[in-house]
Amino acid sequence: METILVLAHTEADGSLGKAALETLGAAKTLSASLAGSTLVVGLIGTEVQAAANQIAAAGAARLLGVAGAEFAQPRYSSDVLAVEALGKAAAATIVLAPATSRMNRVLAGATQRLGGRIDTHATGIAAADGKPAVTRWYYRQRMEAVLSRTQRPWVVALESGCSAAFAGAAGQASVELVSVALPAAHQRTTVTGIQAPSADEQTIRPDAKLLFVAGAGWTKKQADGQAHAAEAEQIILGFLGQTKSSLGSTKSLVDLSGEGQQVLKFMSHLNQVGQTGSTPRHAKGLATCCHGEEPHTVGWRFINERRAINLNAACSWAQGKADVLYVADAFAVMRKVNELLAAK
Amino acid sequence: MPYHIVVCGSIVPDPLQTLEPVTSPTGPALKNELMLPAVLDPWAGHALFEAANLAKQHPGSKVWFVSMGPKAKLQQVMMTIAQKVPFELVAIDGPSSGFTEASEVAAALADAIQTIPGLDKAHLLVFGGWESASRGAGVTMQMVGERLGLVDQFQGVDKLTVRADGSLEILERIEGGKHQVSTCAGTPALLGWATGSLPEPPNNPQVGMLNMRTVMPALQKAKPVKLAGEGLAFASVSLPKQRRETRIVKDMAPDDIAREIVEWIKKD
Repeated sequence: METILVLAHTEADGSLGKAALETLGAAKTLSASLAGSTLVVGLIGTEVQAAANQIAAAGAARLLGVAGAEFAQPRYSSDVLAVEALGKAAAATIVLAPATSRMNRVLAGATQRLGGRIDTHATGIAAADGKPAVTRWYYRQRMEAVLSRTQRPWVVALESGCSAAFAGAAGQASVELVSVALPAAHQRTTVTGIQAPSADEQTIRPDAKLLFVAGAGWTKKQADGQAHAAEAEQIILGFLGQTKSSLGSTKSLVDLSGEGQQVLKFMSHLNQVGQTGSTPRHAKGLATCCHGEEPHTVGWRFINERRAINLNAACSWAQGKADVLYVADAFAVMRKVNELLAAK
Repeated sequence: MPYHIVVCGSIVPDPLQTLEPVTSPTGPALKNELMLPAVLDPWAGHALFEAANLAKQHPGSKVWFVSMGPKAKLQQVMMTIAQKVPFELVAIDGPSSGFTEASEVAAALADAIQTIPGLDKAHLLVFGGWESASRGAGVTMQMVGERLGLVDQFQGVDKLTVRADGSLEILERIEGGKHQVSTCAGTPALLGWATGSLPEPPNNPQVGMLNMRTVMPALQKAKPVKLAGEGLAFASVSLPKQRRETRIVKDMAPDDIAREIVEWIKKD
C-alpha cells in the first residue's frame, strides 16, 4: 500500500504553478493505478490555504502544509526542513514533486534525511505489474531507462510538460499545518532578489511555442569572405522580438562568448542546449547554422516539430532528426522571415 | 580569509563518443565502457576552475579534488586536468558509470572528505557540478552536504562573490534564464556549479609537475569502493529509436523558404 505525497511550493501570488499541477495530475493517475494507495498533498509557502483551495477537488486524503514567512524564500536550509517534516507527517512511501529549481535544490538533501532514494528529471511514472516505475534519461538525454526501487520513501522529481495538469474546480480545503522550527543555523542564508535581463533583453522563454536555435555558423565568414556578427545579432533579435520565441544555442557558439570573443552579445551559457546545456520543451523548434553529430543534437530531444536551415544537406544535426531541412543561407532566409513577420 | 575548498567531480565518457547501453552482470553499462576515452565532467570542471580561482585570490587557501572512478581512467584524465590548476587529488577506486546509485556515491565521497587530514571545516567550501553528464540527476552533492552537516547549499551556481565581511553572495540559476541572488553568512557551504564565468585555463606544465607529485601517490592509495545498487532495478535501458523522415529542401529560393517557415510558425 503506497502513500503518495505530492509536494509543491506556492508561487509569489500564493497559487500553485503549472509544474505543480502537472505533478498532481501524474500522482492522481499513479494513485488510481496502484490499488489501495493513498494520495496526500504537502504544500510549502508563506500561506498555503489559497493553494489548497485551488486543488480542493483533487481527492487528496490529507492536505498538509508548512507555512510562514520564513518559507517564502526558495532557500535550501529552510526548505529541507519543510520537505523532511511533510515527508514524515505523511508517512510517505512515494514522494512526487515538480522539477522546479526550488525543488531540485532541496529534494536530494531531504531524501537523505528521510533515509530514502531519489530520481530526478523523470519524464514519467506509471504502474507496471502493480508497482511504480520511473522513466528518465541518462548520459544527457542519450538513453532512456525505466527503473523501479524497493526502498521507501522513493522521491521522484517530475519534469514539466510530461503530464496533463490537474484541472479540477476550486473549493474550500482543510489544511493540516505541520509545525517546523527553524534554528538559527538554518537562517544564515537570505535570498535578496532575482537578477534578470529586462523584458526586451530576455531571450529565454520556457513557455514559448517556438525554440530558435542558433549555431556557430552565424559568426563564420559568409559568401563575401567576411563575418557579419552584427547583422546576425540584428536578425536573431528581430526574429525573437516578433515571435517571442525562446533562444537556444549550440555549445560552440556560447563558448566563443566565454572566451572573450563577444560574437553575439546576448548569448550566454544559459542559452546553451544539448549535452552540457538544457533540454527545453517547446512545440516547435527552428535550428539555424547548427552543425554537429548526435551528441550535440540532444538539445532538441523534447521538441515536437523541428525544422532546420543549413548550407549542408548532409548535416548530422538535421538528417533524421528534423522534419524539414532547408538547404539555404540562413541570413537570407531569416532576413526575409523578419520582413514577412513585420508586414503581417 | 583562507579557504579549504573540496571539489567533487566525476569522469565521464568523451561526449563525442557514441554511447550504447548493454546489460552487464551488475546492471546496465556502456558498451566497451573501459575502452571509451574519458574526460572530466564539464560541470565538475567549472567547479574546479572556480575553486582554483578563489584559492588564488585568498592566499593560504587549498583545493582538494575528490573523484571516484576506475584508477586507470582517473589517471588518464588527471594527465590533462593536473596541468590546468593546482590541487591535491583524493582518489576513490570505484565505478564512474551513470547507472550507479547516487546515494552510495555520495556516501563514498563524504567518507573520503571526512578523512582528509587537516581539513578546516569552519572554513570549508564544498564544490561540485550541479549535475553530471552521466547520471545527470543533480542529487549527489546535496547528499554529500547532508552527510557533512552542511545546510547552506546552492545549486546551479554561476557566480560566487566573497564580500569584505567574509559573507558570500551567490547567484543560482532559476527558471527563465534568471538568477536568484542569495547572501550566506559565510563558510561552511556547498555550491553545485553550473558553468560559472571562467574559461578553461590553459595547460601549465609547472602546475602539472607539481600536481603529479601528489596525483600518483593518491591513485596508488585510492580506497576501493563497491557499490551494490541495492533495491534498484532497471527494466530497460535503450537508445531512442525514433528517426525522422527528413524532407530535404534543396532548390527553393530563400524568399519561398521564408514564406513556408512563417506559415509553419503561425500554424497552431
